[in-house]
Amino acid sequence: MRTYALRRVIQTIPILFIISILLFIMVRSAPGGPLTAARRNPNISKEQLEALEEKLGLNDPLPVQYGRWMGAMLTGNLGDSIKFHRPVNEMIAERIPNTLLLVGVSFLITLIVAVPIGVWSARKPYSKFDYAMTTVTFIGQSIPVYWLGLGLIIIFYVTLKNPFTGMPFFPVGGMNSQGKSGDLLDTLWHMVLPVAALSLGWIAWYSRFLRSSMLDVLHEDYVRTARAKGAVDSVVYYKHALRNAILPLVTLIALDLPSLFAGALFVETIFSWPGMGRLFWDAAKGRDYPVLLGVVMITAVLIIFCNILADLAYGWLNPQVKYE
Amino acid sequence: MNELQTTREQSMGWLITRRFFKHKLAGFALGILIILVLASILAFVTPYSPTDQVPTNSFQKPDMQHWFGTDELGRDIFTRILYGGRVSLTVGLLSTVLSITVGIIVGALSGYFGGYLDSILMRITDAFLTFPSIFVLILLAGFLREQQIPWLQNSVFVVIIIIAALSWMWPARLVRGLFLVLREREFINATRALGGSDLRIIVRHILPNCIGPILVSGTLQMASAIITESGLSYLGFGVQPPTPTWGSILATAQNQVFRAPWIAFYPGLMIFVTVMVINYIGDGLRDAFDPYVIHSDN
Repeated sequence: MRTYALRRVIQTIPILFIISILLFIMVRSAPGGPLTAARRNPNISKEQLEALEEKLGLNDPLPVQYGRWMGAMLTGNLGDSIKFHRPVNEMIAERIPNTLLLVGVSFLITLIVAVPIGVWSARKPYSKFDYAMTTVTFIGQSIPVYWLGLGLIIIFYVTLKNPFTGMPFFPVGGMNSQGKSGDLLDTLWHMVLPVAALSLGWIAWYSRFLRSSMLDVLHEDYVRTARAKGAVDSVVYYKHALRNAILPLVTLIALDLPSLFAGALFVETIFSWPGMGRLFWDAAKGRDYPVLLGVVMITAVLIIFCNILADLAYGWLNPQVKYE
Repeated sequence: MNELQTTREQSMGWLITRRFFKHKLAGFALGILIILVLASILAFVTPYSPTDQVPTNSFQKPDMQHWFGTDELGRDIFTRILYGGRVSLTVGLLSTVLSITVGIIVGALSGYFGGYLDSILMRITDAFLTFPSIFVLILLAGFLREQQIPWLQNSVFVVIIIIAALSWMWPARLVRGLFLVLREREFINATRALGGSDLRIIVRHILPNCIGPILVSGTLQMASAIITESGLSYLGFGVQPPTPTWGSILATAQNQVFRAPWIAFYPGLMIFVTVMVINYIGDGLRDAFDPYVIHSDN
């Protein structure tokens, strides 16, 4: 098991290598480059510009530049933001916990809601409940997260007001009200709408997947055996069937991670949630390339790491899997 | 021989069509999609321009003149949505075709030949699958638009290419899986024994057996391409103004959410309906191609 984990980590090195080369080429061949602002500045002479280029190493051949960038990155240095003149590491480190909080809570709620829906639908397939849920999940899967977020703002912030205070029901924007930073309850209150916007699509997608996965499992002999020995329905469904039905879900979640982060980017942008997605969006508007590269590389590492974790979890949940 | 083949193919197509329309919602969804396509093709029949600004006429509420109201520049939103449909549907269709073409080539090579070629292609596929897609899409959109390549100045092309560039992995994996199974089957052995070339086996014998799953995954991909395009345009990195798209109309709506909340409703509704309808068509196709599905009225 440990050697397997180690091998998986080693296998990711070429993948990260390919990603980093592609990103590097992309960012460096964009016209303008990091000195665009300096070039437009009439107070900076040509000689100064050349000196600056020399100092930043922009005249070296691309492979040398890549080597330097990669070397710095491996030592944990992602460079400085062009716009804010701050280390990119620092800026990302501030944002990661916020994104993980938003995604984590949304995901927890997704599982809490999606699992019972999926199991219940599979229990009586083609029943009224199943049809209703199928329709609801089709709707949930087709609603774009940005429209849903905007709709929630319009309904719960712009239109509906608390009749007693005349204030909106939920705040939209940031993690805390003014002067309440660090207040957990206040943060939770700010999370209600973003989490709702983020979870709905996931709930639809995973409950639908779990339903079909449960239906596959319910035909198995061991489920009949469990029934034959007199196990009550809830034990048959939740203890025997669900355990096997949930296995493919683990792989699916790992494959879905990039799109989960994509959803977070939209929600963070709409609700001004100070996470990595919002950071990226701001940086993309300002062409702050070091920040963009940093965020993409960190997210890629996060996704690969979670993939390995999902693989290991799969083996832990399913003893039949042998790691060679 | 030739005649025999055509009759058999016709009857197979007929069978699948009939099975498709047995899925009532799928048939209904197909009807709505056709209406949406026609509406965006015939967008020119509305009396308004999608881009001309009429500042005196801004923020009209929906009424008989302006069915969906007007935006902050006085443009008729109904007209803009019809024209926006052209962009969204074109991007959805073309990026799906492009990504499936690439996916079929990679998957077929990988699954049919196996060995080193397979390992290399699958490593690349895995690398693309771990890309945090939306971030890379945004990066790529900015990058490609700044290149001095003439036809890439058009942001619609850019969006089609980048969406395809980050979604070919799914059909590639699907096709590879199908090829791995099918290449071991007897009829392929028979063809090989008769001296059929690799190309002939791939194109004439294996690929036709993959059409069903590819079509089904194509619909799912088209739905997600439309969501992605609208999302990119919504964030400001997709199709550039003044060309209207559902995503960019939604973006302007967000800025006017207090003054004119109704603007946000329609473009999102269009995205939602289109995606839902395509998903239902995919569902119907899945049933039509799956011989094990039993319809209740059978």
